[in-house]
Amino acid sequence: MSPGLDAAPGIVAITLVTIATLAIGTWGLRFSRTTSDFFVASRTVHPRLNASAIGGEYLSAASFLGVAGLVLINGADMLWYPVGWTAGYLVLLVLVAAPLRRSGAYTLPDFAEARLGSRGVRAVCSVLVVAIGWLYLIPQFKGAGLTLRSAVGAPIWVGPVIVSMVVLANVTMGGMRSITFVQAFQYWLKLTALLVPAAVLLVVWAGDGATRTDGGGEWSLPLAPGGAEGLYVTYSLIVATFLGTMGLPHVVVRFYTNPDGRAARRTTLAVLVLLGLFYLLPPVYGALGRIYAPELATAGSSDALVLELPRIMVDGPLGEVLTGMVTAGAFAAFLSTSSGLSIAVAGVMSQDITGRARLRGRRLGGVAAFRLGAVAAVTVPCIIALLAPDLGVARAVGLAFAMAAATFCPLLLLGIWWRGLTSVGAIAGLVAGGIGSAVAIAWTVRVSAPSGWVDALMGQPAAWTVPLALVTMVAVSRLTRARVPADAGRFLVRLHTPETLELDRG
Amino acid sequence: MTQPVGPPSRVRVTGPPRRRPPAGRTSDIDAGTRLGGVYMRSLLREQLRLAVGVLLVMGSTIGLLPLVFYLAPGLSDVRLLGLPLGWLLLGVVVYPTLVLLGWGYVRRAERNERDFAEILSEADR
Repeated sequence: MSPGLDAAPGIVAITLVTIATLAIGTWGLRFSRTTSDFFVASRTVHPRLNASAIGGEYLSAASFLGVAGLVLINGADMLWYPVGWTAGYLVLLVLVAAPLRRSGAYTLPDFAEARLGSRGVRAVCSVLVVAIGWLYLIPQFKGAGLTLRSAVGAPIWVGPVIVSMVVLANVTMGGMRSITFVQAFQYWLKLTALLVPAAVLLVVWAGDGATRTDGGGEWSLPLAPGGAEGLYVTYSLIVATFLGTMGLPHVVVRFYTNPDGRAARRTTLAVLVLLGLFYLLPPVYGALGRIYAPELATAGSSDALVLELPRIMVDGPLGEVLTGMVTAGAFAAFLSTSSGLSIAVAGVMSQDITGRARLRGRRLGGVAAFRLGAVAAVTVPCIIALLAPDLGVARAVGLAFAMAAATFCPLLLLGIWWRGLTSVGAIAGLVAGGIGSAVAIAWTVRVSAPSGWVDALMGQPAAWTVPLALVTMVAVSRLTRARVPADAGRFLVRLHTPETLELDRG
Repeated sequence: MTQPVGPPSRVRVTGPPRRRPPAGRTSDIDAGTRLGGVYMRSLLREQLRLAVGVLLVMGSTIGLLPLVFYLAPGLSDVRLLGLPLGWLLLGVVVYPTLVLLGWGYVRRAERNERDFAEILSEADR
């Protein structure tokens, strides 16, 4: 598409979202005074605001663009992505939410070090947080390039560069407090930007006599194709998404901004409602796309379905306005998820890498180290996104989930519910799960046309990497029983008792 | 005038209460006594049982869907309310189910914690 009149709604939308994001970020600065504000919004965010912020941060390019595209190509089995991304919060709610908040940990490495008292575990966790964060950021940047190309005909590198610059500006200026407002705003923006066009498109569809596709058969079967292999792939995806959510670095950071464990639970419940509301919409685009835009159902172009569909179905100014809306929503999706991930990665980097760097013989201060970490957290994946091959936004995010499920999920589960976890066991499990996932990801990136069992096992590794990591953690902890931390019992008291009780929490 | 004969009037003697309100059983947990351990283990067991219960319900409903559709692929042609069954279940019905499960969990988890706090703050008897 050549830039011209077609580009106008896209340019207006992206400009408005960028200005609104920077404006709210700047407005939030007024409330951001202390270092505590900067990192954790002083832990006083109300569940409702916090849930909107978590929703805003969590609904990434994969949710906004990727799901509809995948549904268009593959059909109902792709609905497991949004279902898993929502159910992941239920798993997180019942197993992790309140204890994680009560642990007082800001990041996953903090949790591991506090629980197991070992710098070694901390180092392994830090490496994993950066790896998962970058793995998740790369498809966001790729999607941004795609959106700008589709909306305004810009070269593919413009999207990643603009998103990284806006994210850096917001993250480095205001930290957590101002980002909370930005993220909450972006949840509602994304919901509106998908809901209103969907409603109009459904009216158009009804006006056309509610034409149906065949609808039945393979396309409506919520199961990946290929018989037993398909069953494996579907269940492995379920494991990855149900268990991976709790291990995502940007999700954990948000929990610390809750005032207490009870608020953490209520926040998570509200997140479930907000996600359930949002995920009703992408399948609508997928199904309408099957009727009106079947030509988009190829691997390269399906991610653009949400952006193209309004223009295809509605002519004239209304179509342009709707296109502007979905473009704005997509752009908000990149900005918010990228901001959240950058904060999480930058937080870990500032504690473990840039915070130790010396400038003219002096250590960098907290906020300066955080800003330096943020620059690294954004720049590296932005460059990789420009060079790496395209996997499809939702698939790539799925791999990040698989890695989180195979590493941090076992660590959190055992750390919270089992006294017997040792630092050696934790490291062994993290390394086993991490290496297993890394091998699978490398394999998947290399193979272009997956077929057969090996490709299925590698393309959706969670069903074997998660048990591998869990069993390794338990077995090695058993063998090194003597190294169970002396204060493990006290730590479990802190994790599980309500804050209203006056107890010695170590 | 003679004093009326009889028992001397009663004098109420007050003072600081000899018995401080009992510290409750939080001290057992703080001191890591066997009793404290029993309380903590029972709280952990209750909460874990609740969590596993919720996950089992999810696993035996939503989690069984792929297997059901694998064993009976004809189900994908069934239409309900105008939508193919797979779409209706995975696109719509799943979400309120998850919210309901979460809501039930939060209520019970908070009740478990309240019960635990009550037991601990009861006086030693």
